[in-house]
Amino acid sequence: MGDREKLNRLRWRCTRRAMLEMDLLLGEFLDRIFPTLNPEQADAFVNLADMEDLELWPLVNGSRECSDPVQAEVVALLRDVRVK
Amino acid sequence: MSKLTIPVRKFDAVIVGAGGSGLRAAIQLSEAGLKTAVLSKVFPTRSHTVAAQGGVSASLGNSEEDHWHWHMYDTVKGSDWLGDQDAIEYMCRMAPEVVVELEHFGMPFDRTDEGKIYQRPFGGHMSNFGEKPVRRACAAADRTGHAMLHALYQRNVRANTQFFVEWMALDLIRDDSGQVLGVIALEMETGDVVAFHAKATVFATGGAGRIFYSSTNAFINTGDGLGMAARAGIALEDMEFWQFHPTGVAGAGVLITEGVRGEGGILRNSANERFMERYAPNAKDLASRDVVSRAMVTEINEGRGCGPNKDFVLLDITHLDPATIMKRLPGIREISIQFAGIDPIKAPIPVVPTCHYQMGGVPTNYKGQVVSQDATPIPGFYAAGEVACASVHGANRLGTNSLLDLLVFGKSSGDSVIDDLRSGAIGLKELPADYAERTLSRLNRLNTQTGGASVNETRLELQRTMQKHCGVFRFKDMLVEGVAKILDVEKAVLRTEIKDKSQVWNTARVEALELDNLIEVAKATMISAEARKESRGAHVRDDAPDTAANPNGRDDVNWHKHTLWHRESNRLDYKPVIMKPLSVESIALKTRSY
Ligand SMILES: Cc1cc2nc3c(=O)[nH]c(=O)nc-3n(C[C@H](O)[C@H](O)[C@H](O)COP(=O)(O)OP(=O)(O)OC[C@H]3O[C@@H](n4cnc5c(N)ncnc54)[C@H](O)[C@@H]3O)c2cc1C
Repeated sequence: MGDREKLNRLRWRCTRRAMLEMDLLLGEFLDRIFPTLNPEQADAFVNLADMEDLELWPLVNGSRECSDPVQAEVVALLRDVRVK
Repeated sequence: MSKLTIPVRKFDAVIVGAGGSGLRAAIQLSEAGLKTAVLSKVFPTRSHTVAAQGGVSASLGNSEEDHWHWHMYDTVKGSDWLGDQDAIEYMCRMAPEVVVELEHFGMPFDRTDEGKIYQRPFGGHMSNFGEKPVRRACAAADRTGHAMLHALYQRNVRANTQFFVEWMALDLIRDDSGQVLGVIALEMETGDVVAFHAKATVFATGGAGRIFYSSTNAFINTGDGLGMAARAGIALEDMEFWQFHPTGVAGAGVLITEGVRGEGGILRNSANERFMERYAPNAKDLASRDVVSRAMVTEINEGRGCGPNKDFVLLDITHLDPATIMKRLPGIREISIQFAGIDPIKAPIPVVPTCHYQMGGVPTNYKGQVVSQDATPIPGFYAAGEVACASVHGANRLGTNSLLDLLVFGKSSGDSVIDDLRSGAIGLKELPADYAERTLSRLNRLNTQTGGASVNETRLELQRTMQKHCGVFRFKDMLVEGVAKILDVEKAVLRTEIKDKSQVWNTARVEALELDNLIEVAKATMISAEARKESRGAHVRDDAPDTAANPNGRDDVNWHKHTLWHRESNRLDYKPVIMKPLSVESIALKTRSY
C-alpha cells in the first residue's frame, strides 16, 4: 500500500468512529497537526487511532495519563485541538 | 451492460451492520449453524452503539415492583400512540429475557448488594400505568453500549460468524418477484465490488442522523440501509419523526447532558434574558426536552439568537462555583473547550437543538420481517435496530428503549430467518441476469463525471436545508420551500464528482456513495413532514397548535396513521396503526401529558 492509500485508510479510521467527539477531534488533528509530526509521533498517532473510543477519550479529556512519552506528546497535541 | 459480472459469494444469511442489532441477529443465526456473513463499514466494536451510555430498559423489578405491562403503557404513551401495540407488547414482554441473556453472554451490568442487576430511574419510566417513577434502566456504568457490543462480539467469535470489516454494502439485490437475494458490497481495501448472494438478508445499519447539520450522531450514521431499501423499491415508514436533544454544542453537535441544567445551568438569549421563564414559568430551564427545544427555536427565529448569524442560544453556568462544575459535571468543561472553544467557567456555551434519534425506518413487523404496505413479509428481507421501524417508538422514543429494540428485534429477526428457512418460505434463488447493473452504472457514473458538484459542499447544503426547514419546530411555508430545496439538492447529488478515481482505499468514493443514501433519507423526511398536518410526538408544527379539539395539536381523526414514502415519484401512502396488542387489551388513545 502506498502513502496515499495509507493516509486514506487512516482518514477513514479517524472519521468513522463510535463517538462523534472522536470523529471531530481526530479528523481535525489529521488535517492540521498530523502533517507536522515527526515519524515516531506519527506512529504513536496511528496507534492511538487504533484504540477504541472509550480507551482514547479518557486520555484526551485528561482523566487518564499515558505511560509512553511519545504517546504523551501526541495526546498533549490532541488535547489542544479546537474544533470550530 | 448486463454482461458485466462481479464475483459472487454465497451464504445462508448476510447481515449488514455490526452494531448491537446486527451482532444480536448474528448470534441467533451462527449458533443455529447457518453460514452467516456480517458486513460493516468499521470494526464491529466501533459501531455507534458504543455511544449509548444511559442504559437498557427491562421490567426486571430488581429494585422495586415492576411489570412489562407498565413498560408497555409507558412506551405506547411515549410514542404518542403511533407505535404498533403488538410490537410494543412483544418488546416489553421479551425485555427481561433478552437482558438476562445478555448478562449470560458476559455483559458486566452494575449490581445491587445482593448481586442482582442494578436498576436506575430514567425519564418516562413509570409504575402502575403512569403513576410514579420506577427504576427500570439497567446499565454498565456509563459504558453500557460499549460493554454490550463487546459481549455480543465475543459470543459471535465463538459461534464462527464471518466478519467482513471495512466493507460497504451498496445495494440490495431483488428479483422480479420482489424476493431479496442479498447485497452488492464494496471492499474498501481493494475497491472490489462483490455480490453476497444469500437466502436471507438482514439490515442492521443504524440511524441516519447525519442528514441534519446539527447532530449528536457520529459521522458513520448516513442511513445506508434506508438508501438501499428505497432504491430497491421499498417504502420508508414514519420518516418525519426525529428526536432532538435541546443542548448540542452549536456547530459541532456534541451532546451537553441534561445534568447541566439540573445543576443550575440557565439558557439565555442575545439580550442575556433567561427566556425559559416566559415559556415554562414553573419548570423553567428544566422543562421537558420538547418544550425547551421549541422555546430555543422560537428565540432564534424571532431574532434573539446569539453570535454573528444569531443562530444559537447560550447555556450559562458561569454563576456556578467552579468546584461544583468540576465535581458534578465532569467532562463538560473539556467538551466546551474542545468543541465550542469556550471555558464554561468564564463564558456561556453556545447550544442548539440537535438531532439525536430516528424513529422511522424500513417497515417491519415484530418478528423483524420487512413488510410491504399490506403487512405481508417481503421474502428474504429482515431488519432490526435504528434502521427498522417495527414500530415501537412511534412518534417519539422513550430513553433506553432503543438498546432494548436492538436486542429484541435483533433476536427475533434471526429467529424469523431460521423459521422461514425451515418452512421453505425462502431459499437460494438464482440471481437475475442484470442484478449488478444498477450498482455498476452508479459507480461508473461517479468514475466518469466531469464538471460535477463537490461531495462536501452538497452534503453541507443537504444538512443545512434539513436543519433550517425541517428541524425540531416546523412551519408550513418552510416545509413547502424545503421540499423544493431538497429536490434541488438531489440534482446536485446525481452529478457529484470525485477527483480521486483510484481503487484502493478511495474514501472520496465511499463518501460520495454515502451521500447517495443521505439524500434518500432527507427526501423521505422532508416530504413526509410537509404532508403530516398535525403535531404528534417529535413532529411539531406551528400551524397545528394545542387546542381543545386537538390537544397538543394532535389530530387523531385525520392523522392517526403511519406514513409510507415511496422513492418512485415521491408518493406517500398511509397505513393504520396496529392498536391490538398480542394478549392484553388495547391501550386507548388519550392525550399525552407528563
Ligand atoms: C450519543 C447517543 C447516546 C445514546 N444513548 C442511548 C441510551 O443510553 N440508551 C438507548 O437505548 N439508546 C441510546 N442511543 C441510541 C442507540 O445508541 C442507537 O439507536 C443504537 O445503538 C443503534 O444500534 P444499531 O445496531 O441499530 O446500529 P449501530 O450501532 O449504529 O450500527 C450500525 C452498523 O451498521 C454498519 N453499516 C452501516 N451502513 C453500512 C453499509 N452500507 N455497509 C456495511 N455496514 C454498514 C456500521 O458499520 C455499524 O456496524 C444513543 C444514541 C446516541 C447518538
